[in-house]
Amino acid sequence: MIRTNVLTKDFVVSRTRTVHAVRGISLDIQPGELVAVLGPNGAGKTTTLRMLTTLVPPTSGTATVAGYDVVSDPARVRAAIGYVGQGGAGGASQVVRDELVTQGEIYGLDRRAARTRAGELLEALDLTEQADRKVESLSGGQKRRLDVAVGLVHEPSLLFLDEPSTGLDPHNRANLWEHVLRMRSAAAEPRTIVLTTHYLDEADTFAERVVVVDHGQVIADDTADALKADLAGDLVSLRTAGGDAAALAALAERAAGTRAVQVGPPGPDGGRAVEVRTADGPGAAPGLLRAADAAGLAVTRVDVARPTLDDVFLALTGRSLRETAVQGADSPADTTDTTTKEVLA
Amino acid sequence: MSATTLPTATPTRRNPLRDTRIVLVRELAPVARDPFSLLFGLVQPLVFLGLFGPLLAGSAGEALGGDVWLWFVPAVLAMTTLFGTSVTGSNLQLDISSGVHERMLVTPLSRSAQLVGRALKEMVPVVAQSVVVLLVMLPFGLRPDPLGAALTLAQLAVLGVGVGSLSYALALVVRKQEWMFWVVQQTVLFPVMLLSGMLLPLENGPAWMRAASAVNPLRYVVDSGRAAFAGDIASTAIAWGWLAAMATAAVGLAVGVRSMLRSAE
Repeated sequence: MIRTNVLTKDFVVSRTRTVHAVRGISLDIQPGELVAVLGPNGAGKTTTLRMLTTLVPPTSGTATVAGYDVVSDPARVRAAIGYVGQGGAGGASQVVRDELVTQGEIYGLDRRAARTRAGELLEALDLTEQADRKVESLSGGQKRRLDVAVGLVHEPSLLFLDEPSTGLDPHNRANLWEHVLRMRSAAAEPRTIVLTTHYLDEADTFAERVVVVDHGQVIADDTADALKADLAGDLVSLRTAGGDAAALAALAERAAGTRAVQVGPPGPDGGRAVEVRTADGPGAAPGLLRAADAAGLAVTRVDVARPTLDDVFLALTGRSLRETAVQGADSPADTTDTTTKEVLA
Repeated sequence: MSATTLPTATPTRRNPLRDTRIVLVRELAPVARDPFSLLFGLVQPLVFLGLFGPLLAGSAGEALGGDVWLWFVPAVLAMTTLFGTSVTGSNLQLDISSGVHERMLVTPLSRSAQLVGRALKEMVPVVAQSVVVLLVMLPFGLRPDPLGAALTLAQLAVLGVGVGSLSYALALVVRKQEWMFWVVQQTVLFPVMLLSGMLLPLENGPAWMRAASAVNPLRYVVDSGRAAFAGDIASTAIAWGWLAAMATAAVGLAVGVRSMLRSAE
């Protein structure tokens, strides 16, 4: 459905500065896949999406979307894809239903067919009550559902969603996802969905495949479960009296499957947590306990945590996605300076 | 789940007229729903008619050859057209910042049609506002030649398409520095207005002003309106007015379409 080959995009900011927003992305996405492109702000997610949706031409590399080349045949790509951008699709002073009818006409429906289709989508996305209101009067969640409806008017087999749930509260996010997934399964043929997000839990819960992007490159690409098992591993946390922590840590280092061990700061009772990063936490915990017992080290509490995608990102980059998401706004992408003096944050 | 049948293979050939109509209808919908919004654009011309018209009658009435309204009302209509259509780019700015413009760019809708449809829409407020100004002025003694007035409205509609296109082009060109739109619009607007002889006759101005006004298309449209209102339908001024209005529309549409084609990056 999508195939890119070393896709790059440079933005010339000034005579001396070029931002390399995307630095060689190669992807192969099959029909019916639900793929989340995850990464901090400025990682190149949106720029990649803008290239795949024909909004910006690539600097180099090729991309075939829905069977057509984005550079030589953008018109066919546009006819085949649906797109829900970061911004809103509905004009503030337009009526909700009219926007859907207009979109239907744009994709070749006659007025009557477009009205029928608009009615179906309003119903499917719970917007029937808002149908004859102006877009500006909608709530944030309703607006976003309208955006999705606009993107689905022509039943595209491939739908792009750029940060679909950013700015929505948890309730509305869950509601939006419910609709997106229902519209996906309701499609006659498997609908491919590609979305960008910087919400970890979103990629974790809904995507069948997660592509992690950082500094304009794909740094990991697999199912969320496989990424977590391969790259991060589980966390077994053993609580022990302060004096035993070092010995327990040394013991855990030697245990099979251990990847890293860290001793936490002392708690109010003087006890410390020894945190063991391991491939299989539930499997490793009993062995660790038996070994501690044999060595005469008292473990007072055990906790086994499955990793999050943030742990994956941390393992890959040494940075937490939560931190970079905030910092990233200021230092968006990798840049090249042709002057040596200029130093970028 | 869909009861409607969708074309399986969307034709790559688009009908530009159909695309333009889609854009035009969409742009007109808010105006049609709320026609009173057009009244905002009338405050300024009515202030000029009410507060500047009498001054003009007192100070320059004789020099203008009798009927001040026949001289001044066509100019006010041109002013309304200029002010109304030169700000229309701000509507596109709103669509750019909200995401609506991007949505349209990802559809197969022809990009030229996205500009032309918007520009053609400008005709509606121009004509509607002009008709209101004429109706308001009738009780005050305005008696234009009916055919002349109709021709003038048509000419202003064409001019509005051109100025509106230029305003859209400006919005597209400065889309990364939105404030620039108003800087440029205001900087251009007033010289164009004063050098059209709208408010006071240019015949008494210095030679350089007359030279500058010779390349100002608005001047010819204003002169044309005055000749038409006076019933001088065969006047060459009207022919020049049409030429200026059509040239503005042609240049505006060309520049506008060009900007629209480059508006994604």
